[in-house]
Amino acid sequence: MGTHNLEELFQQKIDKEVKIEPKDWMPEAYRKTNLRQISQHAHSEIVGMLPEGNWISRAPSLKRKAILIAKVQDEAGHGLYLYAAAETLGQSREQMINDLHSGKAKYSSIFNYPTLTWADMGAIGWLVDGAAIMNQVMLTRTSYGPYARAMVRICKEESFHQRQGFETLLVLSKGSKEQRAMCQDAINRWWWPALMMFGPRDSESTNSDMSMKWKIKRKTNDELRQQFVDMIAEQVKLLGMTLPDPALRWNEARKHYDFGEINWDEFWQVVKGNGPCNKQRLDARRKAWEEGAWVREAAQAHANKQRTRTKAA
Amino acid sequence: MQQALLDYTLYLADSALILGQRNSAWCGHGPVLEQDIAITNITLDVIGQARSLYQYAAQLKGGETTEDTLAYLRNERDYKNCLLVEQPNGDWGQTILRQFFFSCFQRELYTQLTKEKDATLAAIATKSLKEVNYHCRWSSEWVLRLGDGTPESHTRLVTALENLWPYTGELFKAADYEIALGLDPAPLHKNWFSTVQSTLEEATLSLAPLTSCYMQLGGKTGVHSEELGYILTDLQYMQRTYPGCDW
Amino acid sequence: MLHFIKKLYYGDIPDASSGAAPSSNQQQPVTDWPLWEVFIRSKQGLDHKHVGSLHATDAQMAIENARDVYTRRQEGVSIWVVESKYITASNPAEAGELYEPAADKVYRHPTFYDLPDEVKHM
Repeated sequence: MGTHNLEELFQQKIDKEVKIEPKDWMPEAYRKTNLRQISQHAHSEIVGMLPEGNWISRAPSLKRKAILIAKVQDEAGHGLYLYAAAETLGQSREQMINDLHSGKAKYSSIFNYPTLTWADMGAIGWLVDGAAIMNQVMLTRTSYGPYARAMVRICKEESFHQRQGFETLLVLSKGSKEQRAMCQDAINRWWWPALMMFGPRDSESTNSDMSMKWKIKRKTNDELRQQFVDMIAEQVKLLGMTLPDPALRWNEARKHYDFGEINWDEFWQVVKGNGPCNKQRLDARRKAWEEGAWVREAAQAHANKQRTRTKAA
Repeated sequence: MQQALLDYTLYLADSALILGQRNSAWCGHGPVLEQDIAITNITLDVIGQARSLYQYAAQLKGGETTEDTLAYLRNERDYKNCLLVEQPNGDWGQTILRQFFFSCFQRELYTQLTKEKDATLAAIATKSLKEVNYHCRWSSEWVLRLGDGTPESHTRLVTALENLWPYTGELFKAADYEIALGLDPAPLHKNWFSTVQSTLEEATLSLAPLTSCYMQLGGKTGVHSEELGYILTDLQYMQRTYPGCDW
Repeated sequence: MLHFIKKLYYGDIPDASSGAAPSSNQQQPVTDWPLWEVFIRSKQGLDHKHVGSLHATDAQMAIENARDVYTRRQEGVSIWVVESKYITASNPAEAGELYEPAADKVYRHPTFYDLPDEVKHM
């Protein structure tokens, strides 16, 4: 059977909503696109532990500390599920991690912004996780089986993340003058980066077309972004706070909120590595990995010794 | 008597919290993803124990006291945690060994407390004991892996042993409040030592050079190492900076 | 030498007929711990179900890692682990001959048989 036929059969499966599994034939570009997207997603979870991890030691109450630790730990779990899904496409976790550390692989730019106050924990949960969830809910129906299954598990666990973020801000919004100011400041700083999370405009996104055809993605960047704006513009009212966009208003004709232009120059600068924390984030990941090398080696060496002993016995 | 019970409960709570605070620094920085998650589970367990104990202490103290006023608004000299748990994380080996010493101690201590006439402490001990059993297992397996792993891991664990051993004596030296309650920890030493010794031996580590080691005391009565001030600075930052707020 | 078994290579299906990458991207030796598949019984009375995979140096560590990774929300009461390389998978290219012959055996299903409504408990 020629490649042409295989590709046709492959597309027929996709069109019939049949999931693609690791051993199935797939076009090389499909494999590569999935590998790139899943490993990026995994890296984002792992790097995403750092900005929130930054506040674990300073969480303002024991309850908040436990919640924050559990949440950051969940992100480690999500990274793990995603690395495992990506491994089914033929790349080892270590290789993916090396690509992250060398700068070859990307991760979500949002995590290159600093967490300056406690309110940032709320804003990240509400806005950043909120934006991520839109994407992830869509991905539970993605065409590649292992990715879809990982997303189902992640979405189940993730549902508390956004809620706790909003609740954190809600408490601040009802608190002292300083707390309210802290809350508004965090929203101001995280709003635009959160909108950038959906990626470039559809007209400039190079990966979108094939991803839609292969049902890796099911909604375009702009569709998801609009959905997010519509949701948050309503929720922010409950906090008695505002979004930092003078152009934000309801458009009765479109039945959507209009919103202002994203600073695309900033977006591309952060993608290129010039965000406020790009260097710190990668340095922290590299440091953890390098300082863990002797631990990983020792555990493997010990297991090998044990096996030899068992055989000898 | 009531004061002794309060002090004792705070000693247990502070020790669990400070260990949790230390361990939590690994979250996001572990040597491998699976173990990053594993140690964080332990962190959450000990912070959970601390919370139960603080809540009980708050009840004993009465008034406006809460778990958070106890954790966030007491000063260095009021903290009663043992010195062992405030020692720096160091490398993975030092963190593991600190956990191993402490969990093995907690296992003996909580086993004793399950039979205690104070029903709340007995209940907390019973619940915590299941967690602690797993912590003992997890940390002792890591002691074996590192002690009997590579030459580098062995050397690192020897260093950790030298660093931490001087802080193990305090666990078995009764403070006033322990004497008042008739909860002398000295008899717990025998089981603890035999577990520790046999695990270390299996891990090809020797305690022989440490037999005459001078033991540091003080944490349980509020005289700490210089580490604690920094730990509390971090821990209490928000509550101290924004007094009287809800979070 | 540490030998890493890629998950993709479980089973015995030649790369040429699968979605596998050419193995040329495997230049540097990989030191990842071996990969394990995890199966969890969510409650007594139910089957163990595949939930995902993880890395561990041996079976004991794999069980504990599975406990720490996959049962944080009380998802399980029992865990099985098996090193991924020991799983043999059927070949998707043979799906036709393996599974389709069962399609026309409609008489294996209870709904094939028309019975009068008066027959109860059948």
